[in-house]
Amino acid sequence: MSSQDIPEENLPVAQAEGADLDKHGDNPFADPGLPPHEHRIQDIDERAAKRSERTVAFLFTLSMLATIGFIASYVALPVDKSVYIWPLGHISALNFALGTTLGVALFCIGAGAVHWARTLMSDEEIADERHPIEASPEVKAKVLADFKQGAKESAIGRRKLIRNTMFGALTLVPLSGVVLLRDLGPLPEDKLRHTLWAKGKLLVNQNTNEPLRPEDVAVGSLTFAKPEGLEEHDHDFQTQIAKAALMIVRIAPEDIKDKQELEWSHEGIVAYSKICTHVGCPISLYEQQTHHVLCPCHQSTFDLTDGARVIFGPAGHALPQLRIGVNEEGYLEALGDFEEPVGPAFWERG
Amino acid sequence: MKKLSARRRHPLAALVVLILALAATGGLYAAFAPADKAQADETQQSLAIEEGKKLYSVGCASCHGTGGQGTSDGPSLVGVGSAAVDFQVGTGRMPAQQPGAQVPRKKNIYTQAQIDQLAAYIASLGAGPVTPTEKQYSPEGADIAKGGELFRTNCAQCHNFTGEGGALTKGKFAPTLEGVSPKHIYEAMQTGPQNMPSFPDTTMPEKQKKDIIAYLDAVNGEKTESPGGLKLGGLGPVSEGLFAWIFGLGALIAVAVWVAARTAKAKKS
Amino acid sequence: MSTTTASTDSKRKAPAGERVADWADGRLGIYSLAKANMRKIFPDHWSFMLGEICLYSFIIIILTGVYLTLFFHPSMNEVEYHGSYVPLQGQLMSEAFNSTMHISFDVRGGLLIRQIHHWAALIFVAAMLVHMMRVFFTGAFRKPREVNWLFGFLLLVLGMFTGFTGYSLPDDLLSGTGVRFMQGAVLSVPVVGTYLSMFLFGGEFPGGDFVARFYSVHILLLPGIMLGLVVAHLILVFYHKHTQFAGPGKTNKNVVGMPLLPVYMAKAGGFFFLVFGVIAVVSAIATINPIWSIGPYRPDQVSTGAQPDWYMGFSEGLIRVMPGWEINLWGHTLVLGVFIPLIIFPLVLVTIAVWPFIESWVTGDKREHHILDRPRNAPTRTAFGVAWLTWYFVLLIGGGNDLWATHFHLSINAITWFVRIAFFVAPVLAFIITKRICLGLQRRDKDKVLHGRESGIIKRLPHGEFIEVHEPLSQEQLHTLTAHEQHKPLELGPTVDENGVERKVKGSQKLKAKLSQGMYGEDNQIPKPTVEEYKEITSGHGHH
Repeated sequence: MSSQDIPEENLPVAQAEGADLDKHGDNPFADPGLPPHEHRIQDIDERAAKRSERTVAFLFTLSMLATIGFIASYVALPVDKSVYIWPLGHISALNFALGTTLGVALFCIGAGAVHWARTLMSDEEIADERHPIEASPEVKAKVLADFKQGAKESAIGRRKLIRNTMFGALTLVPLSGVVLLRDLGPLPEDKLRHTLWAKGKLLVNQNTNEPLRPEDVAVGSLTFAKPEGLEEHDHDFQTQIAKAALMIVRIAPEDIKDKQELEWSHEGIVAYSKICTHVGCPISLYEQQTHHVLCPCHQSTFDLTDGARVIFGPAGHALPQLRIGVNEEGYLEALGDFEEPVGPAFWERG
Repeated sequence: MKKLSARRRHPLAALVVLILALAATGGLYAAFAPADKAQADETQQSLAIEEGKKLYSVGCASCHGTGGQGTSDGPSLVGVGSAAVDFQVGTGRMPAQQPGAQVPRKKNIYTQAQIDQLAAYIASLGAGPVTPTEKQYSPEGADIAKGGELFRTNCAQCHNFTGEGGALTKGKFAPTLEGVSPKHIYEAMQTGPQNMPSFPDTTMPEKQKKDIIAYLDAVNGEKTESPGGLKLGGLGPVSEGLFAWIFGLGALIAVAVWVAARTAKAKKS
Repeated sequence: MSTTTASTDSKRKAPAGERVADWADGRLGIYSLAKANMRKIFPDHWSFMLGEICLYSFIIIILTGVYLTLFFHPSMNEVEYHGSYVPLQGQLMSEAFNSTMHISFDVRGGLLIRQIHHWAALIFVAAMLVHMMRVFFTGAFRKPREVNWLFGFLLLVLGMFTGFTGYSLPDDLLSGTGVRFMQGAVLSVPVVGTYLSMFLFGGEFPGGDFVARFYSVHILLLPGIMLGLVVAHLILVFYHKHTQFAGPGKTNKNVVGMPLLPVYMAKAGGFFFLVFGVIAVVSAIATINPIWSIGPYRPDQVSTGAQPDWYMGFSEGLIRVMPGWEINLWGHTLVLGVFIPLIIFPLVLVTIAVWPFIESWVTGDKREHHILDRPRNAPTRTAFGVAWLTWYFVLLIGGGNDLWATHFHLSINAITWFVRIAFFVAPVLAFIITKRICLGLQRRDKDKVLHGRESGIIKRLPHGEFIEVHEPLSQEQLHTLTAHEQHKPLELGPTVDENGVERKVKGSQKLKAKLSQGMYGEDNQIPKPTVEEYKEITSGHGHH
């Protein structure tokens, strides 16, 4: 855009210039200039000034006392002492004492300084001239000439080979830094497609750490399970449970609308991934009358009677179901891994 | 439910309640009267069931049917057990006042003796979870930290970290657990009232329920400490953000106004 | 040093302070620096101190942050807790969480410093937003301050991310849920999402690296950049000299106020202590991020009411109200339900950041501006700003929809639908309403100038009519109310020149003319009273 885009007459006339023209005329809107300075009571009454002085000194003294109080509370109060202070409740005595004394110590310094400035320092307004930020044409011309001379002396414009290879080198050299980032992590490969679940793995109750039997799971109850063999102390527990966490509910088989869901269940016991397909929160707000599960993070709602179809919220697809059965000893077991990746969707999910 | 509220407002309702209360006091006396023989126990039991049935027909039958078989207004109570009755009536949820997304907790209008009679009657309709004894739910001797872990796995998703409650779909909600008695918490886990799933002893043994109750008592009881100061509802960043804006930034702007304001002039008339 | 040299060098011995200053001047040139700056003038207005709140809370955050690093262990190694907080005894947690517990319960004053750090962070970002709004609504971003506007904007964005990374460090259940959300959002990026996620977390989520990585970003990378920007921001404030509101004696070519030494040294220096004091008291009485009741992070646990700190709340709102769109094509998944909010997230911020450039393009104004606009005198800009704030606020409501639901007994689904609709409708309504209000205020100003101030005195005229006496305004007031500039809308002019040849009008020109009409056209600003109007009315009859 160039300045020709805008006709000059579209720019408003600056008030200051207009006012200048009318300064001696009879423009009622003209700038009357800075009003005369008026005195504060402290400027004319020494007693008032003394009062201000005492107030400021009092504030500074209060700050000193508060700092002593801070140190005293640090030394005197045990770190685990609790006190009841209305309306705060049962709180840490030390935290409260340190915070209030520090707060008062700091605040009084500030209040003293500001009161000093407001009542005792000169409050006469001063006008400072502004100068344009832009350089004068002479300065600009000088700088441009200097620059041209420098550029000429370097011969960067003439010796194109130097210029081009230099730009090439400067462009390439940051690549080393980018390459170094490669080892930040492994490639995704198919890591997101697999969990610890496999054929024959027992469903272990997270509460009791015991394998579940079908008769343990009542209609209307909610149970969380992990794959057999995964223990809290395992070094990769967090990463594994982030994919393998399971939510188990029992629904009367006649209430299950989805055919595959019924097939993959065991007598109405269905096992769904606990990890939301939206962005991976552990979804588990199970409403046992409606059989809906709600995600507490972003309110995606899934219907567990209908293949965990999304019925509300931002999730894009149903929760993956784990196919389960019962082994010879009467324990619930997985009949394989999840058939689709659990958790949030991604580009390669397909 | 409308029928119920109409009856509750009947001029004679107070009289009925009074008579029932008197009857219950008698029943309570009878219940506590020493009885050595099993025979006597059985009689007490059947007496309680009789009384419970009377209470039921006044307060509950309009929605749940005359025999507890359920109607379009209320579910069947066969097999819900005495624990469910003790929870629902003891927390004032039942009898329900008006239809809505969820029946809220309110003031309980029955005495514990009446609740026990009602519970006895319902339990006689079909076996179900039994009202727990104090030994089962008292938090003494429980593992608080284990309870915390169980709470975060099983409960926090609806009831919040420390049991402050939270939202469910379409106006339903998980209520706050503040001030809920250990017995009622135990019963809720056992029976799964309304939309709450149940956590039966088969998947969450008695000991673990106790742990959870002990944890709640520790983090959301009357004497729970909040070392840092005001809890701000225990709701997390939303209330913290509001507090920072209103009291933090608000106070700072008030201070800024003072700092920048002109000092009063001496002769302003 | 011998007495002879001293006596030859100067007749008197300079005071100690002066000698130190001389020493420094010989090496640093401080006298020349002080000449320009020691009596620098700053205008008085409370809203000019909002930026200082940001600066001071930033300093407080650095001071307390350094203290926290002395005790914090940025490690995700799992340890058993054996500190003094009973309800977590024996629980497995990362060292990061464990050391944060240690700071909160076993280091004397550690809890206070942690709370000051976190409260100051919330206030820092809040103050930046309010400061930015002050600059926006008064037009302080105009030439020569556009670059400083951008610096400030960058500080806001960096402040948000520094906050987010810091909030994630304790590795508690709430912040871990936030990190999981971020990872899910990264996964949604087409083509490279999974790679980005693996590189960010050193493998699968959560892995064992992110706390250490966030730590160096939180305490070094981002604050380092921010510190540089803060310094640049301040240098520019000094260099440009502060803006001021119109008033008697205040022109575009001067700045009226008090000198840095002594008044602003005391006021601004004192204000630092005031800000620190207020934040310390807030930290003494209100708890923030009580990680002990939240518990350590486990990817299979969660709590209801999972929200980020407020400044990320609008992104939370975006993701909560977005419909779950997902497209599967040719073996690939396009996760629009997450990716679209991820794109809108920066756009929300950029929308407000680009306005100054749009405005200067439309007006074509190349002059320096040091006199601030009253918001009413720039109705379109003000309306745009309020519309943006409305938009932002609607998203914040969306981010807290579950708490709105429980506290106002509403359905969470209804709130979500409200936000979905309000996302499009509310800013438009806010724009229209604000513009009307601004124009109304302009009319009132004009009325005041031409007819004087309503005095509240009722007078009965001889023929029985009651009138309210209007007092004419003083010249100071008249000047202040008429000092603002009014742009004329851009006209495209005839599209056919005098020879009948069609003149080509570029599309951008048409757009510019349209926007210009929208901002400064007949219905979009009230012409300010002219001297002639004033004289005609005042020379006639005294009242009305």
